[in-house]
Amino acid sequence: MARIDLADIAHAYGPKPQSEADYALKRIDLTFKQGGAYALLGPSGCGKTTMLNLMSGLLVPTEGSVLFDGIDVTEQTSEQRNIAQVFQFPVVYDTMTVYENLAFPLRNRRVDGAVLDARVRQIADMLDLTRALEQKARRLTADAKQKISLGRGLVRSDVSAMLFDEPLTVIDPQLKWQLRSQLKTLHRQVGNTMIYVTHDQTEALTFADTVIVMYDGRVVQVGTPEELFERPNHTFVGYFIGSPGMNVLPANVEGRTATVAGHPISLPRVYERLANARVELGVRPEFVKIATDGKGLPVRISRVDDVGRFKIARVRLVNHTLNVMVGEDVQLSGDSAAIEFDPSHLHIYADGELVEGRA
Amino acid sequence: MTDVAAGQAVSTPVAARRVRSRVGFSWIVPALYIFFLLVPIYWLLNMSFKTTNEILGTFSLWPRDFTFANYAKIVSDPVWYNGYLNSILYATLNTVIAVSAALPAAYAFSRYRFLGDKHLFFWLLTNRMAPPAIFALPFFQLYSSVGLFDTHIAVALAHCLFNIPLAVWILEGFMSGVPKEIDETAYVDGYSFQRFFFKIFIPLIAGGIGVAAFFCFMFSWVELLLAKTLTSVAARPIASVMTRTISISGYELGVLAAAGALTIIPGAIVIYFVRNYIAKGFALGRV
Amino acid sequence: MDKTVNNRAWFMVLPVLVLVAFNAVIPLMTVVNYSVQESFAGNVFFFEGSKWFEQVLHSDRFHAALGRQFLFTGIILAIEIPLGVGIALAMPRKGPWVSVCLVLMALPLLIPWNVVGAIWNIFALPSYGLLGRSINALGISFNFTRDVFDAWFTLILMDVWHWTSLVVLLAYAGLMAIPDAYYQAAKIDGASRWAVFRYIQLPKMRRVLTIAVLLRLMDSFMIYTEPFVLTGGGPGNATTLLSIDLVKIAQGQFDLGPAAAMSLIYFLMVLVMSWVFYTVMTREEART
Repeated sequence: MARIDLADIAHAYGPKPQSEADYALKRIDLTFKQGGAYALLGPSGCGKTTMLNLMSGLLVPTEGSVLFDGIDVTEQTSEQRNIAQVFQFPVVYDTMTVYENLAFPLRNRRVDGAVLDARVRQIADMLDLTRALEQKARRLTADAKQKISLGRGLVRSDVSAMLFDEPLTVIDPQLKWQLRSQLKTLHRQVGNTMIYVTHDQTEALTFADTVIVMYDGRVVQVGTPEELFERPNHTFVGYFIGSPGMNVLPANVEGRTATVAGHPISLPRVYERLANARVELGVRPEFVKIATDGKGLPVRISRVDDVGRFKIARVRLVNHTLNVMVGEDVQLSGDSAAIEFDPSHLHIYADGELVEGRA
Repeated sequence: MTDVAAGQAVSTPVAARRVRSRVGFSWIVPALYIFFLLVPIYWLLNMSFKTTNEILGTFSLWPRDFTFANYAKIVSDPVWYNGYLNSILYATLNTVIAVSAALPAAYAFSRYRFLGDKHLFFWLLTNRMAPPAIFALPFFQLYSSVGLFDTHIAVALAHCLFNIPLAVWILEGFMSGVPKEIDETAYVDGYSFQRFFFKIFIPLIAGGIGVAAFFCFMFSWVELLLAKTLTSVAARPIASVMTRTISISGYELGVLAAAGALTIIPGAIVIYFVRNYIAKGFALGRV
Repeated sequence: MDKTVNNRAWFMVLPVLVLVAFNAVIPLMTVVNYSVQESFAGNVFFFEGSKWFEQVLHSDRFHAALGRQFLFTGIILAIEIPLGVGIALAMPRKGPWVSVCLVLMALPLLIPWNVVGAIWNIFALPSYGLLGRSINALGISFNFTRDVFDAWFTLILMDVWHWTSLVVLLAYAGLMAIPDAYYQAAKIDGASRWAVFRYIQLPKMRRVLTIAVLLRLMDSFMIYTEPFVLTGGGPGNATTLLSIDLVKIAQGQFDLGPAAAMSLIYFLMVLVMSWVFYTVMTREEART
C-alpha cells in the first residue's frame, strides 16, 4: 500500500481553461497516508470523482502531479500504478465464472498454479463468495457482483491503493449496510490505503477515519467524523453533515454576545466586531434543548417529526427556522416553547467560514 | 494530519497539457474501407454528369462532355422533385411510427416475461422473410378498401410490416444491455415510470434508437414495390419515377445516375442527425 | 437478465402487434382466399398443387439455384460479418472524424437497389468501366458478362460494397453502448487488447451481432434487384440466385398458384435457417 500525494493538482475538462470556473477541480494539495481509510464526501458535481480518477490514472491532471510513495506517477497508467478501483456499477466479466473473475488480474500478471488458487480462495472466503465460485458471474445479484469487483482488487497482494467510486449506488438499500460494514472490516483486516467517494454521509462517516468534504471543486474541510461534527469549518459542512444538518442563523456578533432575531445569546469566546461580512451563528440540533423551566428563547413549534429514538421539532424563532433534537421522554405541548443553546457548541461564521474567537 | 490548501484562484499559467500519446495506425482500416466505398460513388457522380451515349460508349474518368442536363431534367420536372418530397415524407412518417411503437414493445420484451413472448418476438422477424411480390396485390386491395390508396400514410403504414420488427429487434438488443438494477434504483429514488423512461432510460439506449431510426428510414426509402403499388399520383415516390425512367425511354442511364446521386442526400442528412446518438457512449449516468 | 413475469406487458406490445398484424395477416388472408376460391372451382387444383410442390422440390433446376444461393449467402456472411466488426472496432470513438465516418459509410446503403446494380454494371464493364478496365490493365482478363468466376466476383464485391456498412453501423453502435467502466476495469486488471475483445466487447456485442447476422442472412437469401440488374442471372445460369429463378419460373405460368407455392417454399427455408441461427446465437441467454 502506498502513500498518495496530490501536489498542486488542478483539473479542467475543457482544452483551454481560462478562468477558475473552467476548472472541475481547483488547486488542491492533499496527502493520503499509507493504510488510511478516507472518504471524499460531497454533492454531485463537487469534483470528488475527478479527484479519484486523477489518483487512479484514468485522468491526467491539467496541472500538478500525483505521487505514490514520493514517486511521480502522473505519467503512469492505472495498471502501472497498481491501484484497484471499484465502480458505481458492478463490473464483472460476464462470460467467466466467479473464480475466473477473481483469478483474472493474477493471470494477467503471470501468477498461476497453486499460488493463484490459494489467493483466490482466500479472497473469496473473506468476501463470503466461496459458495458461488463455480457460478457464472452474470447470474449473481448486484451486491454479489460488487463483491466480485472488490475481490478483483483485493486479490492482488501488491495493490497500492483501493479506490471506490460510489460503489453502493445500485445496491438494494437493505444490503447496503451489510456491504458497508464488510468494507470496514476488510479495511481492518487488509490494511490497504482505501479511498471512498460518496455523496452519502452515512457511508462516509461509518467507513472512513478521515473525511474530506468537497464542494464546487474545492476541499472544504478534512477531519475525522467527530471533528466534522463538532467543529464544522464551513457552513456547508455544517449543513451537509448531520441529519438534520446544523442550524445556521444570521446574527450580529460583538464581544461575547450574539444577537439573533433580537435575542442576545452568550458565546463561549470573544469575537471582534465583524463588519462587511455575512455573519451567522451555527448550532447543531443536538445542542439545542427545550428549556424545561420555560426560560429561554421563545419559539413557535411548526412541526414535530418522530424519528424513533428521538424527535425533531421544527421551530420558528421570529422569522428564522430551527431544528431541535428532542428526547423521547420530553413532552411538547401547545405550539410554543422555549429553547436554549448549549454554549460550548456555538460557532460563528463570517461569509460561511468559521471564525476563531479569543478565549 | 493532512495538508490542505483550500482552492485558491488559479493565477499561474496552465502547464503544458500532458497528453499520453497513443500512437495508433488503426485509422487506416476505416480509411481504406471508406475509400473503397467512395470509388463507385464517385463513379456514380461521374455517370451523372455524362450523357448516356458517353457512358455506354467510352471510358473516361472525367466526363468528356460535362453536362448538367441530367440534373436539370430532374430538378425541372415536378414529377421528379415531388417524387423526392413524397418519399421523404412517407419514409420519415414511417420512421417515427415504427420507432415510437417499437420502444414500449422492445422494453416489454427486454424486461418482462409474458405469455407467448418468445414466439411473438420471432414471429415479428418472420415478416421480413416473405418476398414482397406476393403481397403486392393484397396490399393494394387492403389499402384501397380503407380509402388510403395513394396517400403517404398508406406507404408509411405498409412499410411498418418490415420496419417495425427491425426496430423492435434492434431496440431490444440495446435495452438488454442496460441492467435492470438501473430501473430498480430509479424507482427506489422515487422516479415514476414515465420520468424514468424518458430521462434515464432513453439516453442510455440512444445508440440503439439512432441506428433503428436510420435503418427504418433507409429501408423505407429504398423500398420500391409496395411504394409503387400503393400510390399513383399524389404520393408517388421517387423509386417509382426512377423505374419509369427505365421503362419509357429505354435505359436513360445519365438521368438514372443523377437521380441516384440525389437520392443519397436525404438519407445522408438523416444519419447526420442521428450520428450523435449512434456515437454516444454509455455514460454511467448520474442515477 | 432476470425478467419478471408480467402479463400486462402485452399492452406495451399492442401497438406493434396491431401495426404489423394489420399488414401481415390481412393480406395473407387474401392470398389464402384465392387458393380456397380456386379449389372450389375444381378440386383438381389442390392435388395439382401438392404435385407441384413435389415437382419443384425435386427439380434439378431448383437444386442448382438453391446451391448457388447457399454458396452466395455463405460467402457473404463469411466476409461481411468479420469485416464489419473489424471496421467498427477500428473506427474512432470521439472527435470530428466520427461524423465523417458514419455519414460516408451510410452512403451505399441509401442508393436504391436498381441504381446499385446499374452502377456496378457499368463500373465492371471491361471496356468502359473503371473496375473492369483496371483489372484488365493489370493483365488479368476480366469480363463479367462472359466469365462465370468474374460474374461471381463482381456480384460479391457489389454486395460487400453495398451492405457491409449495415454490419459496421450496428456493431459500432453496439460497441459504443459498452460503458467506459468496463474498459477502465480491464485496464486496471491488466488485460491485453485481445482479452478486452474476447471478454468484454464480443460478449456485449452478441445481441447486436445476432441481429446483423440474421438481417444479412435473410436479405442475402432474398436478394433480387441488384444481381438481376447487374448480370440478369448470367452468364447463362451462373448467377441465377433463388429469387431470380423463382421469378423466371413464375413469369412463365399463368396463375397465382405456382407463384404462391414457391413463395411458401422460399419463406419456409428462410424461416428455418433464421430460426436455427437465432437459436444457436442466443443459446447462452436461453440457459440463464
